[in-house]
Order: sequence, then structure tokens, then C-alpha cells
Amino acid sequence: MSQELLNALALFVLAILVGFEVISKVPATLHTPLMSGANSIHGIVLVGAMLIAAEADNPVSYVLAFVAMTFGAMNVVGGYVVTDRMLQMFRKKTTPKPAPAAEQAEGKA
Amino acid sequence: MSQAWIYTIVYFAWLIGAACFVLGLHLMNSPATGRNGNRLSAGGMVLAVGATLVDLVLRPEGLSGIALVIIVVGFLLGGGAGLYTARTVKMTAMPQLVSLFNAVGGGAAALVAIDDFIKLATSDHPADLSTTVFVVLGVLFGSVTFSGSLIAGGKLQGLIPGKPIVVPGGQILTIAIAAIALIGTVVLILGAAGVLALSSTVTLLVLGLIVAAGLVFGVTMVLPIGGADMPVVISLLNALTGTAAAMAGFVIGNPVLIIAGALVGASGTILTNLMATAMNRSVLNILAGGFGTGDSTAGATATGAGGSVREVSADDAAIQLAYAQSVIIVPGYGLAVAQAQHQVRELAELLEAKGVDVKYAIHPVAGRMPGHMNVLLAEANVPYPQLKEMDEINPDFDRCDVALVVGANDVTNPAARNPGSPISGMPILDVDHAKSIIVIKRSMGHGYAGIDNELYSNPKTGMLFADAKEGLQALTAAVKAV
Repeated sequence: MSQELLNALALFVLAILVGFEVISKVPATLHTPLMSGANSIHGIVLVGAMLIAAEADNPVSYVLAFVAMTFGAMNVVGGYVVTDRMLQMFRKKTTPKPAPAAEQAEGKA
Repeated sequence: MSQAWIYTIVYFAWLIGAACFVLGLHLMNSPATGRNGNRLSAGGMVLAVGATLVDLVLRPEGLSGIALVIIVVGFLLGGGAGLYTARTVKMTAMPQLVSLFNAVGGGAAALVAIDDFIKLATSDHPADLSTTVFVVLGVLFGSVTFSGSLIAGGKLQGLIPGKPIVVPGGQILTIAIAAIALIGTVVLILGAAGVLALSSTVTLLVLGLIVAAGLVFGVTMVLPIGGADMPVVISLLNALTGTAAAMAGFVIGNPVLIIAGALVGASGTILTNLMATAMNRSVLNILAGGFGTGDSTAGATATGAGGSVREVSADDAAIQLAYAQSVIIVPGYGLAVAQAQHQVRELAELLEAKGVDVKYAIHPVAGRMPGHMNVLLAEANVPYPQLKEMDEINPDFDRCDVALVVGANDVTNPAARNPGSPISGMPILDVDHAKSIIVIKRSMGHGYAGIDNELYSNPKTGMLFADAKEGLQALTAAVKAV
């Protein structure tokens, strides 16, 4: 195996360990946003789609690269937006007790 | 600027992007920093993608017009579709959207690997062994996760029946398909190693076979699994997509793909295990299907258990709730299906205004994904400090006046404490410890496990037979009148 490949393997193994360490501390409350957030991160494959698009020189490659670009972009953009929508809802109400009053105020505003 | 310098800067941008992914995931530890974490992660993505574009434009050979069109139009088309669906989807339909995004991500990873393989197979110097291994694995993982995630999403959306679909000899078929993919992989690897002499036409045909086998395998793997197990399956496929992206990273020698893919692979694996553990099942058990097949036999035995059940009217239940000191609400799948999260919040606020202490008990697998119930309730503006996780809330049931169970079944079944039940050992909410219990449920039908719930025949329990939404509306109206 080439030195480059061995370096890449080391990177892969270390990144897996970092992933276990970072993620195992997340409370169950946030598991769905986390799954969605991790889902958007693997949209990084978009970078791969860009690289094959740049090197494409025949119709088959054009089509493959175009579909890969579309899929990857959908994964990235949609993933981050939907995760943001979920996390946006986890806002803290500091005074939950006078809730109906607060709701009326919201209604007026 | 020299080419080496540009590449160094781009490489640094990739590394910073990868660091943003790690830190972003870390910030998702807490609801307070979660949103910033996601934004940091998105910033890392913009940086990594932007740096790649700069790198491609500044290359000596430049970026051809057609490549630029592919990149820009592809991005706008896919990004636009993603943006539109993510903005407009209802929060209850969100699990299947995540599944869809996972499918296209896996599809993209497979396509990148396929394109690379075609290039290698048709070039003059044959691919080396290690590249072939990564390409074939990327193609295989990507294809499985593409079709598997589409089926999983289809089941959640109701396009495909949620109950396990068992084809006679299905397992043998699945094994046969897996064997075809495996043999194809071995043939290609032996070809790359020089053991077998393969023409480029043959290698491409074998690759096509592997893609087809991967796609079919994804379908046959997910179809026999019940709808309630879909979260575990999506989580598993999410991890697989991450791994596919990492494989693509090996092939094109890109560090950010390897790091990000490995991160997602690790997170998906952990989530999968957590989910399976919470349901007292092993991942292998879920993949093998079964258990959920209790659906059909449930109806036959359901009538027998109904004997000693006490029914309660909305008015009586409202009086109990309004004069309670503390109420614990146990929301479940039924609440999610009826989209009654706003109604439950309304009722809770009304009770709080009357001085009742209201908390929500969230079982780890309430809803359709881990933490899904939290998202649904958060959408309805329930303050998250009121949402208590199982271990935290269980001791509180002893001191609680009324436990209000809305559309939850198996996770409240005391049978889990005794051996000999299909759900024995499953962690449950100690709802039966409450002084009195009100259960809103459409019928005496069974939950996913297909067994009777002893809670319903408990003398302390009153059953309010209604759809979660209608039942809560009736309760709210009755509490207002108290």
C-alpha cells in the first residue's frame, strides 16, 4: 500500500474514534436532530461529485456527475435546513407558568 | 500564486471544514448550543465546498464550460429541491424526509464511486488493488443505502404497508443476492490483483451486477422489517451512507470526505445501538425481521382482555386532572400519528394556569425516532425543561396524582417487569405507580408487540376511548368548564 493510502487509513480510524467520543455524550432528547445533522454531514460527498464533474469528458460521466451533484446538493441543503428547523424549536421558555398570558401577548404581536 | 500553494490553502480549508463538523456535532450535546452547532457544521460545509470550487477553477487546465454547468445547475436543482422540502415538510413527516435525504446522499456516493470505477476500468493502466476495494465497497454501500432508505421512507410515509412484508423464501433470496454481490466483489478484487485476467467490458458488467444486487438487497433487507423498527433501520443506513462517503474519499484521496464519512459512520452506529437497546432488541434481531409480525394475531386475542376495563368520560377525567397537584403526561406514537402535540400543550398550559404541576415523561423510543417526541412537543412550544427522560421521571410517578397516557402502549406495560413476556426486560415508564391513570386510546387494540397491556385492566386506570386529538380537545373543553 502506498504511504498516501496508509495516511488516509490513519485519518479514517482516528475520525471514527473522535466520532464515538463526541457523539456518545449527546442526550436522547437530541437524537433526532443529531441523526439529521449527521445525515447532512455525509452530504460532503458533494465535494466528490464536483471533482468527478470537473474531470468528466464523455456523456456517461456527464450524466453520472450531474445526478451525483443534484443528489449531493439535496442532501446537504435539505439536511441542514431541516436540522435547523428542529433545533430552532428547542428554545427555553424562562417563565412557563403564565403561559396563557404569554400566548395572548404573542397573538397581539 | 503557485499551484502547490493553492492546493495547500484548499487542503487547509478542507481540514477546517472537517474540524467544524466535529465541533458542530459536539455542540449538539445540549439544546442551548445545538442550533449553533448545526450552523457551525453548515459553515464547515460551505467552506469545504467553496474551497473545492476555487481549487477546480484555479487548476491549470481550468474548469470546462460543461463541467461548470453541471456543477451549478446540479447544485441549484438539488439544493432547491432540498430547501423546498425541508422548509415545507410537516414535523410529523420529518423522519421520512431524513430518510429521503439519506437515500440521495447514498446515491451520490455510489455514483461518484461508479464514475471512478468506469474511469479506472477504461484507462490504459489497470486499477491497483486497494483502489478497487474502496471503489467496490463505495458502490455497494451506496446502492444498498439508496434503495433501502427509499423503502424505509416509503414505509413511514405509508406508501408501502408498514407491516412486515414477508415473501416465501425471502430470506433465501436476500442471502442469494448478498452472495452475488460478494462474489462480484471478489471477482473484481482478484482481477485487480492480477489473479484473474478480466477485460474492461467484463469488469464493467460485474460492476453493474454489484450495483443491481446492492439495490435489490436494500429492498429485500428493509421490506420484511416492521414500520416501528424503521428508526433503527434509518439510523443504520445513515451510518452506511457515511461509510460509503468515506470510501469515496479514499478513492479520490480527499481528507474531508474520509473524516466526515467516518464521523457519520460512528454516530449512526451508536444511535442504532442506543435505539435497539431501548427496545430491548438486538440490531441483528431487527434485521432478521419477525416479532412485529404479531400484527395479524393481535386482533384475535384482543377481545378477551377487555373484561375488567373501566371506561371514563372526558368530564370525569377533567375533574381528576383539574384538582390534581401533579400530572405527568405520557405521549406516545398515537399522539404523533394524530398530530395532537398542540392539543396536549394547550391542555398542559390550562392545567398549569390552575396551579397543577405538569411534566412530560418521554420514553426513549416514543414517536418514530429517538428524540422524535421531543421535537414534536418542541414544535408545539412545550418548554423543554418540562420534558423528562425515562430515568429522571420514573421515581416521580410514585408522587404523581394523575398520569395521562396519550397514545402510548407497550412502553407503559408493566408486563415488561416479569419474565416470559415478549417485552420482558424492556425499559418502561412506571405509569402504574401513579395514584390514578387516564389512558386516551382509540380502542383496546394492541401495540407493536401485539400483547395485552396489564395497565388497562388496573383498577386505578380509566380508559378514555378516543382519537388522541379529539380526546385531548374534549378534555381541554371539560377542564375549562370545571
